[in-house]
Amino acid sequence: MDAAPETAHRPFVGELLGRSDFAIIGEIVEPKSKVLDLGCGEGELLAWLAENKGVEGRGVELSPAKAQRAIARGVSVYQGDIDECLADYPDHAFDYVLLSQTLQETRQPLEVLRGMLRVGRHAVVAFPNFGHWSVRLSMLASGQAPKTRLFPYDWYDSPNIHFLTIEDFDALVRKEGWTVERCFYLSGRRRVTLFPNLTAEVAVYLVSGNRASPTIQES
Amino acid sequence: MIVETQLARFDSIALESGACLAPVEVAYQTYGSLNAAKSNAILILHAFSGDAHAAGIAHETGKPGWWDNMIGPGKAFDTDKYFMICSNVLGGCQGSTGPASINPETGCPYAMAFPVITIGDMVRLQKMLVDSLGITRLLAVAGGSMGGMQALEWAVTYPDHVVAAIPIATTARHSPQQIAFNEVGRQAIMADPDWSEGNYYSGKPPARGLAVARMVGHITYMSDESMREKFGRRLREKEKFGFDFSVDFEVESYLRYRGSQFVNRFDANSYLYISKAEDYFDLTQGSGSLADTFAGVKTRFLVISFSSDWLYPPYQSQDIVRVLRRRNQDVAYCELPSNYGHDAFLVDVAEQTDVVRGFLASTARERV
Repeated sequence: MDAAPETAHRPFVGELLGRSDFAIIGEIVEPKSKVLDLGCGEGELLAWLAENKGVEGRGVELSPAKAQRAIARGVSVYQGDIDECLADYPDHAFDYVLLSQTLQETRQPLEVLRGMLRVGRHAVVAFPNFGHWSVRLSMLASGQAPKTRLFPYDWYDSPNIHFLTIEDFDALVRKEGWTVERCFYLSGRRRVTLFPNLTAEVAVYLVSGNRASPTIQES
Repeated sequence: MIVETQLARFDSIALESGACLAPVEVAYQTYGSLNAAKSNAILILHAFSGDAHAAGIAHETGKPGWWDNMIGPGKAFDTDKYFMICSNVLGGCQGSTGPASINPETGCPYAMAFPVITIGDMVRLQKMLVDSLGITRLLAVAGGSMGGMQALEWAVTYPDHVVAAIPIATTARHSPQQIAFNEVGRQAIMADPDWSEGNYYSGKPPARGLAVARMVGHITYMSDESMREKFGRRLREKEKFGFDFSVDFEVESYLRYRGSQFVNRFDANSYLYISKAEDYFDLTQGSGSLADTFAGVKTRFLVISFSSDWLYPPYQSQDIVRVLRRRNQDVAYCELPSNYGHDAFLVDVAEQTDVVRGFLASTARERV
């Protein structure tokens, strides 16, 4: 398998398993840590992290077919709903809780984010940026719900039910009092720094919560 | 793969009820070979009416084992990699000590003098067998239905002796509905005059009662959909209704056939004892707290349920998994899509094969 590409300080990020956000996640997750991957698909990233970083990984996946393939890959995956299952994990059970390009598909994104920061010491959130210029232009020019390379669906069959921009996410972080430890803005495989909310297609955030008051888990 | 049943004999076993059985025998088969480190042994646990003959072709009967589609070279439980063991449960009637066995005190079959046994007793006897084979730690325990109950019991009773457990289509405690169906089966047997308070071994067995019990069982093992697919309303060897009470429908014919076949291979008293063991099964020992039950258990779990299984519905598997996740234990769970109802773990094994194979491979890797 591919080695984790050095991405943090380069203008171009590599790809891991065909995805640039995976490349960044592959780099920021510390070796030997405990990782929960929400919406883990067929478990490719967890399998890679286990093999290359000695990570102890768990996954959650809604699709039965994908969950089966992940388990067949040897990854410990729970077939279930992200919105419902997070409450069951104890506080700080994981070093990292990953949510890669799934936040916009959850029913209660804020509850999911809070849950991630309760269950994990860090949350890694990658999401497609609805503020990208192509989305804005598409809507402005067509007057219809935007359809772009990043958001290729018609409004009626999109899995995305909560759209957010980088500005939106930053505002939420401030409001909730979370800490952004690192963030990466990507356009294709290129890192962008200038006007990220216009130029970034995908943002990857490493966030930690307000550790002072973890909620008590009922057992 | 031609296989033979072997017999292990132990001086005695103390039972949960306080009674003691002496001596006690256990019938078992093994497939594949034990490695030098004795680290590749997997114990297969059979369901209600199963036996030690899980795989291969029986030397005695020429018949394939009940999980031959799952166990063998290149299959989910790959006998090229793993040493597989399967034994007949305590109280059974296919080689292990049960109510049809001879009571040494009387020289006659135990019949109803046989002590009531539990899933825990079955597991304790299996542990004695595994110990006698020189295996201190099993790579995995696996089974469906009542076999799944035994797998859970193993993980809880012998946490240091089981690396991984695969409970399939099962529950941590028998539900009122499950008890109810078992009770109908028991009443059918006991209502048959041939049952004779269990003392039928020198005469006619309660074949009609046992057949009815099995018919009820088979209904609970299928699903509405699988019965519609398999039988529909088709008539059996006739064009129109007979307007009598002979067999009209295919489904009647099937149930009668399965009932009558069962009588030839199963002892009615074993039916009573084993179904009672299922009904007594509560992994929490009545405390109701699965979380406390799993304290100290480090076993890795793969829990599998089937979408159309209404006898052991997926929620019962999810209850187990939820508690394991709350304890942050290593657990994989999937609900496999199938129309076959509870029988799915025996017959609809393509996807089950994939997940079991992958889970075992990663368990074996991590163990090293």
